[in-house]
Amino acid sequence: MFELLGISPQALYGQLLIGLINGSFYAVLSLGLAIIFGLLNIINFSHGAQYMMGAFVAWIGLTQLPQWLGNPDFVINYWAALVLVPLIVGAFGVFIERTMLRRLYKLDHLYGLLLTFGIALIIEGLFRDWYGVSGQQYEIPEVFQGTINLGFMFLPKYRAWVVVAALTVCFLSWYVIERTKLGSYLRAGTENPRLTQAFGVNVPLMITLTYGYGVALAAFAGVLAAPIFTVSPKMGADLIIVVFAVVVIGGMGSIFGAIVTGIGLGLIEGLTRVFYPEASAVVIFVIMAIVLLVRPAGLFGRER
Amino acid sequence: MSGATTGPLSTDTEMLRVAGLHAFYGESHVLHGIDFNVNRGEVVSLLGRNGAGRTSTLRAVLGLTGQRSGSIMVNGRETITLPTHQIAHLGIGYCPEERGIFASLSAEENLLLPPVVAGGGMAVEEIYGMFPNLHERRRSPGSRLSGGEQQMLAIARILRTGARLLLLDEISEGLAPVIVQALGATIRKLKAQGYTIVMVEQNFRFAAPLADRHYVIEHGRIVESVTKDELSSRMGRLHELLGV
Repeated sequence: MFELLGISPQALYGQLLIGLINGSFYAVLSLGLAIIFGLLNIINFSHGAQYMMGAFVAWIGLTQLPQWLGNPDFVINYWAALVLVPLIVGAFGVFIERTMLRRLYKLDHLYGLLLTFGIALIIEGLFRDWYGVSGQQYEIPEVFQGTINLGFMFLPKYRAWVVVAALTVCFLSWYVIERTKLGSYLRAGTENPRLTQAFGVNVPLMITLTYGYGVALAAFAGVLAAPIFTVSPKMGADLIIVVFAVVVIGGMGSIFGAIVTGIGLGLIEGLTRVFYPEASAVVIFVIMAIVLLVRPAGLFGRER
Repeated sequence: MSGATTGPLSTDTEMLRVAGLHAFYGESHVLHGIDFNVNRGEVVSLLGRNGAGRTSTLRAVLGLTGQRSGSIMVNGRETITLPTHQIAHLGIGYCPEERGIFASLSAEENLLLPPVVAGGGMAVEEIYGMFPNLHERRRSPGSRLSGGEQQMLAIARILRTGARLLLLDEISEGLAPVIVQALGATIRKLKAQGYTIVMVEQNFRFAAPLADRHYVIEHGRIVESVTKDELSSRMGRLHELLGV
């Protein structure tokens, strides 16, 4: 069959794997965007910069921190980074929400978009100034070096880990939001924040923490990405445009939609690269245009 | 005016005292110095025409309007400067206009949503005993319930929280007579259990037999206060004010 189609099975599996990995990143990033949009009604344009910050802070912890402190023992290794970096960048998100975003909730979406876009430009500018545009390498942790032989292909261990870690975080987030008490506060707050607050739920605090969590998800994706992609100030800007298309296709504010659409579009992109490589860079945007024509609220979105 | 319109004053029996309350929605000034009080265990109705400021009064008590000034004492505590979520924790349960059932939550999630604000709230089983329909429909999304079921749920969910002061906004609106009757029975049951209730009502015939005292609001002010015993002798004035 592969001969008939004129492609090699290796190429197909290889591209499907790349598609799955890209899809995992799309899913984690669009999940964060969807959660933030749901409760804050703000389109977080600094999401890509916060993802880049995640990768950079992890890289700084591994390579720069020991030099700054003059002691090779003071190093934040990969595992510590997976936990610490989302907390650090998430705290930065909390700071932004408390000091700036909070003032915009009563205004049109557009103001939140402009503010977060400005923040993204500042963050990217600072990192470009400090570390240049050439990009840094983050070494794959030792346990994940090498490949697993699946019989029909060799699977790099780290890439398998990325897919598992990303899907686990997506599933846990979905579970907490859709199946727990805390999640019911979040859904109620998304639907009617004033009434939820009138029942005694501290909605302003919940909004702050939700933004922090969305930002932390972006940083988590950044740490996962550091060993695969070059750590550079531009890495977020390149990715985030695609992620916005994913969110538009899935439907703004739909948690489940964001995850499924993210993975699905990653795979579609991978398949396109096998069958018609010329279209691989635009296929997601073509799908976005079609979805917007047929279902303006997105595949999983509700009309507001 | 406050002396003429408020009921008997006693600080240890007083659940809610509103004095000189002004409230705004943006630029528009909706309450112009509201004065009233509600004693523990009383059922009080706020009557008036649409747009008179009855719903805004309830919303202002919870800090849901824009800017407010004046005084709102809940259980002897001044709340005018508190944020909304802290006001609820002083023991207030709120049933908003149009019920406010969350469509993205199941009936049971709606029931369990409001945080407990004080001890002594009803157990979930007790609530299901009072509203058997809600037990049958507990897995349905909030948006699939009938109007009557939504109204029952909106009242049921604030009984769980231990709130002793219930603010009920237009609970009889748009419901079939048989359901309105059932709601009336529920209010009586709650009064017998010692709940303090402030109800905003359009439907005078529903409120008249339930409330101990009635306040009439017009143009954002209390213009009349009538006790249950005075109702028959003051009907002429109420007709004039409410057009009933």
